Amino acid sequence: MANLLEIRSLTASYDTNVVLEDVNFAVNENDFTGVIGPNGGGKTTLLKVILGLIKPVKGTIVFNSNLSDCNSIGYLPQISTGDVTYPVTVTDVILSGMMIRKKILSRMSAGDKKKAHEVIDELGLSGLENSPLSELSGGELQRVFLGRAIIGDPILLLLDEPGNFVDSTFENDFYEKLNKLNSRMAILMVSHDIGMISSHVKSYACVNRKLHYHPSSEISNEQLLAYGCPIKLITHGEVPHTVLKSHS
Amino acid sequence: MEGSILQYDFIIKGLLGAVFASITAGLAGTYIVSRRMVFLSGGITHASFGGIGIGYFFGFNPVLGAAIFGILSALGVEYLSVRQKIREDSAIGILWAFGMAIGIIFIYLTPGYTPNLMSYLFGSILTVTNADIIALGIMSLVLVLYFSIFYRTILYISFDESFARTYSSYINIFKYVTTALVALTIVLNIRMAGVVLVLSLLTIPPNISMIFTRVYSRIILWSVLAGFIGTATGYVISYFAGIPVGATIIFTLVVIWIIVKLIYQKVRKTRISN
Repeated sequence: MANLLEIRSLTASYDTNVVLEDVNFAVNENDFTGVIGPNGGGKTTLLKVILGLIKPVKGTIVFNSNLSDCNSIGYLPQISTGDVTYPVTVTDVILSGMMIRKKILSRMSAGDKKKAHEVIDELGLSGLENSPLSELSGGELQRVFLGRAIIGDPILLLLDEPGNFVDSTFENDFYEKLNKLNSRMAILMVSHDIGMISSHVKSYACVNRKLHYHPSSEISNEQLLAYGCPIKLITHGEVPHTVLKSHS
Repeated sequence: MEGSILQYDFIIKGLLGAVFASITAGLAGTYIVSRRMVFLSGGITHASFGGIGIGYFFGFNPVLGAAIFGILSALGVEYLSVRQKIREDSAIGILWAFGMAIGIIFIYLTPGYTPNLMSYLFGSILTVTNADIIALGIMSLVLVLYFSIFYRTILYISFDESFARTYSSYINIFKYVTTALVALTIVLNIRMAGVVLVLSLLTIPPNISMIFTRVYSRIILWSVLAGFIGTATGYVISYFAGIPVGATIIFTLVVIWIIVKLIYQKVRKTRISN
């Protein structure tokens, strides 16, 4: 299994607020790693550092030669970044994933458009090629953004909270699609929803300022030290919850 | 004889003005409407009035002053909201009024009567010079080239800026250049429609197109066409009725918008019932 990228003693911060500290982490070919941790723990920051959107204060990221200058990384950001009322069609959004491989003056070729149709077919979006985003359901929207991330045939796919897009009825289908993609590319998926995905995820990285890596898909409660307590279910902070004492 | 030459000149000027105004407003308008930058554009428009006042006072071309003020205020909003952490809509509101205030102060200080003032506020084809038409023509060419060369880049940056940042480091340059071109478009169209009304020249045509299409390139093409019909019709009506051209154009465009909306709803209803 070849190493795709290796993060070495990396520290990242926003102004003076340190978000990631002394992180050591590697991604290998065909990995399917769930990145979990509390809100504000640095999960999204980890993806942004890998994408080169945030420069680390300390430490380095060493990319495999195939991954040099981040050109072979697909990225599915949180839904809030794209304006779904913007007048743009499904095909155009998916094609925008090709911009990664393009110089500033190059245009979309016939080959690019053919590739876009293949992705549309693969993700079950046929018939919606020229639909504006505002007419799509949550599940369709999620697949369009996934299409944008994979059209460039990345060897590493970064997903930021893909579960935020949709209600649970779409989720199974979506994770099945990810599982298929995993045979072609390594996946690093930020999520707070580990219960749903653990059957496909092979390893976990727990991020809360520090990063703890768990190589097996079996989550041992004792190992999830990032939270300071054993974890079975992870929710966002605003979700009301009660912790009952264990039976004696 | 002299009368007919004047009339001929007037028609040519009006026709070219309508063509160039609809091209520039259609392109820049589609950009600002889809990016929800209409309020920012309103700020740029009104702030540019400060440049008009300074131009009058120091005796240089007011359009040049407006262009400088328009571009500076566009960049100023960006500076205030990003660097000084003032909310963007507040920054716009401040620059909007500040530009108008400067304009009024300098025009008041300018000795003598300023006959063209009304034409800057409400637009007038009579005061449009050949140089204005040439400037609008050049602007049309620049915008057509810019949008056809960088179509995808412009589309994708305005759709999802943070995703675009993952593949390009030119995002800020594109944003600034496009905003500057929008500011210039607005300023050059002020002669036609006036400070108070020019924004509608940019915002109504894309909204007419977006009633029936959501494809970016088609919105641009239909906006240019709708803008031309509105501008030319408004121009003819204003000529025969003897009413101000800017107001007539905007009125015509709104009527077109209402008609297209009604027709579309009717077509949709019959399509559904069939």
